[in-house]
Amino acid sequence: MTLNGWIQIALYCAVVLALVKPLGSYMTRVFTGERALLSPVLGPVERGLYRVSGIDARQEQHWLAYTGAVILFHVLGFAVLYAILRLQAVLPLNPADQAAVAPDLAFNTATSFITNTNWQSYGGETTLSYLSQMLGLTHQNFLSAATGIAVAVALIRGFARASTGTIGSFWVDVTRATLYVLLPICVPYTLFLVWQGMPQTFSAYVDATTLEGAHQTIALGPVASQVAIKMLGTNGGGFFNANAAHPFENPTALSNFVQMVSIFVIGAALTNVFGRMVRDERQGWAILGAMGVLFLAGVWVTYWAEANGSSVLNGLGLTGGNMEGKETRFGIAASALFAVITTAASCGAVNAMHDSFTALGGLIPLINMQLGEIIIGGVGAGLYGMLIFVIVAIFVAGLMVGRTPEYLGKKIEAKEVKMAMLGILCLPLMMLGFTALATVLPAGLAGPANAGPHGFSEILYAYTSAAANNGSAFGGLSANTLFYNSTLAIGMLVGRFFVKIPVLAIAGSLAAKKTVPASAGTFPTHGGLFVGLLVGVILIIGGLTFFPSLALGPVVEHLAGAAGQTFATGG
Amino acid sequence: MLKQIRPALVLLTALTVVTGLAYPLAMTGLAGVIFPAKAAGSLIERDGTIVGSRLIGQTFAGAGYFHGRPSATTAPDPADASKTVPAPYNAANSSGSNLGPTSAALAERVKGDRDTLKAENAAAPVPVDLVTTSGSGLDPEISPQAADFQIPRIAKARNLPQDRLRELVASHVEGRTLGLLGEPRVNVLALNLALEDLVRR
Repeated sequence: MTLNGWIQIALYCAVVLALVKPLGSYMTRVFTGERALLSPVLGPVERGLYRVSGIDARQEQHWLAYTGAVILFHVLGFAVLYAILRLQAVLPLNPADQAAVAPDLAFNTATSFITNTNWQSYGGETTLSYLSQMLGLTHQNFLSAATGIAVAVALIRGFARASTGTIGSFWVDVTRATLYVLLPICVPYTLFLVWQGMPQTFSAYVDATTLEGAHQTIALGPVASQVAIKMLGTNGGGFFNANAAHPFENPTALSNFVQMVSIFVIGAALTNVFGRMVRDERQGWAILGAMGVLFLAGVWVTYWAEANGSSVLNGLGLTGGNMEGKETRFGIAASALFAVITTAASCGAVNAMHDSFTALGGLIPLINMQLGEIIIGGVGAGLYGMLIFVIVAIFVAGLMVGRTPEYLGKKIEAKEVKMAMLGILCLPLMMLGFTALATVLPAGLAGPANAGPHGFSEILYAYTSAAANNGSAFGGLSANTLFYNSTLAIGMLVGRFFVKIPVLAIAGSLAAKKTVPASAGTFPTHGGLFVGLLVGVILIIGGLTFFPSLALGPVVEHLAGAAGQTFATGG
Repeated sequence: MLKQIRPALVLLTALTVVTGLAYPLAMTGLAGVIFPAKAAGSLIERDGTIVGSRLIGQTFAGAGYFHGRPSATTAPDPADASKTVPAPYNAANSSGSNLGPTSAALAERVKGDRDTLKAENAAAPVPVDLVTTSGSGLDPEISPQAADFQIPRIAKARNLPQDRLRELVASHVEGRTLGLLGEPRVNVLALNLALEDLVRR
């Protein structure tokens, strides 16, 4: 580890923190329907959209109607994306003559993008046409992100309101998230990325003749416009196979820095929106504090592990850390930081190959996802995931003192705790259940590229990433098979909806409750004690659930590596 | 549920047109006007032919050129399309090696590369970036140490004084952005183009 590395990390945290309040204030205005900065320009567009869609912006929805709208929007989005992928060969903007995407791959990819997972079974430049990239993937990058924000805002309303039957209008929330939050940031962001060297063109792939006379075909495309929303919406699906490690998808150290900031910025600001809407900003800061503690611990471990290097490289007398799978322009610090950010948030973009990380360096990304991506998390999804844990933590605190638990004046009762546990438990069921299945079935065992414990980690990482809707991978796994495409897609769907639906149920139930005034016996939820309790509950639940699986993968691999052992495939 | 279908259909269509067509098309238009060379892929032309992109690494095999890092990219096997064969710096199929930290294949490959480099220059320690593949397989850059390490070989092949080459490398080192971000690096293609210019003069 170097001083410069830590300065880069500190600068990153400072920039994200500085953006929390301004963006939080802006988004609060947007989602409470007040006039915001861009209302004069976007107001007419927004009202036009409502008029053609027959939406009454003032009509709010019961949580069941809200959920119905969420599901309907996903189903239709899936149908559109699946159709585009299957038909890309006959649609325009296909200069590289990509064939139609196979049914199982199209199913996997469409599922992956509507659930904000953006798992890459597809190969970007080798599989998709320009039209599929923009009309198919870019638009779902916007809409799946906007949906996540909408659900988080609905849950916040549940806490903020009292004795009411409605939690807002999904149509209004999703429109406003797209028009007022995502698009206005993406426009200057795209231009910044092009300035840094990212292509934005519809030209066909270019043939170059090198100085030595060899031929090189260079894949191009409308990259920047997609990368902007891929990062800002914590989608993470790459334009190219190598994702943000590809020099066209992340040309400079500065583009890398800004991409990292844009992964966290909306998720971090949503904690502030939460604080403002429940009329106590300290509540938002407490939640951000708990996220920050977990984040910095992860950064420290991964950076330390990668800077120390792998046993194989060190054994050959090579110093300078584990550079296998990393890019020169980013180096160790910015690659380790990126890996922790992308898995803490549900982004899944990668600027280095996680599969080639050291055992402990790769352990942290796995844990980040297994905890449910609540450390900042996906846009919206991170906040509501964290609030689920808050409910459990408050319940535990209530048990300890023998009082009915309360949070922000709302009594937390059996229904909320059951729904919260449903949201928490569906993830390990998918992650561990499918991993177990894949390690005994021949179709599953055909997947890993690496032998020994690392092969197990590849499978575990895949299902973890899918259920957590992350999308990053230990990329050696051959996942573009019928078995993996379908089981991973199921993991993504369950991971998305069996968290979202309980969250909306909680929102509805909370909104209907009365608010009880705070009393001397109320447990304060804005201080260090609460942050400590929350972090403790998260680590205990995560540790109890996942430690055995981690012991079989990264932990064993670390010990074997330290003993100088290597593993050969096919032996 | 039924009365939700119209908002769902119309809103989805409208937002798809806005975000999936209007936005990328407008951005392509704007980017093409403001940053035409970068939007087109930072291509480098020389004597009327495109020799590559400044941002995309390529294979240099000759002893008289600076070499980039090893690359793990592949291409479909011409004999059997379901298999792949190694094709370093295939800029139409980016990927890393995805070899794990305890992989025997990784250990073997790195050891082979290290021994080759040691034979070429025993005086300096082998830079780690010259024996590890990058994440994209298209890394256009190497560390300044990795460039310096290759100077004796190039000086011999080109019959140039080592000091001239050292100056050349030094003038092509890009520092950290703002003195802080990323790592110092040298663009291999730019360096080799400058090397050609040096030889031509």
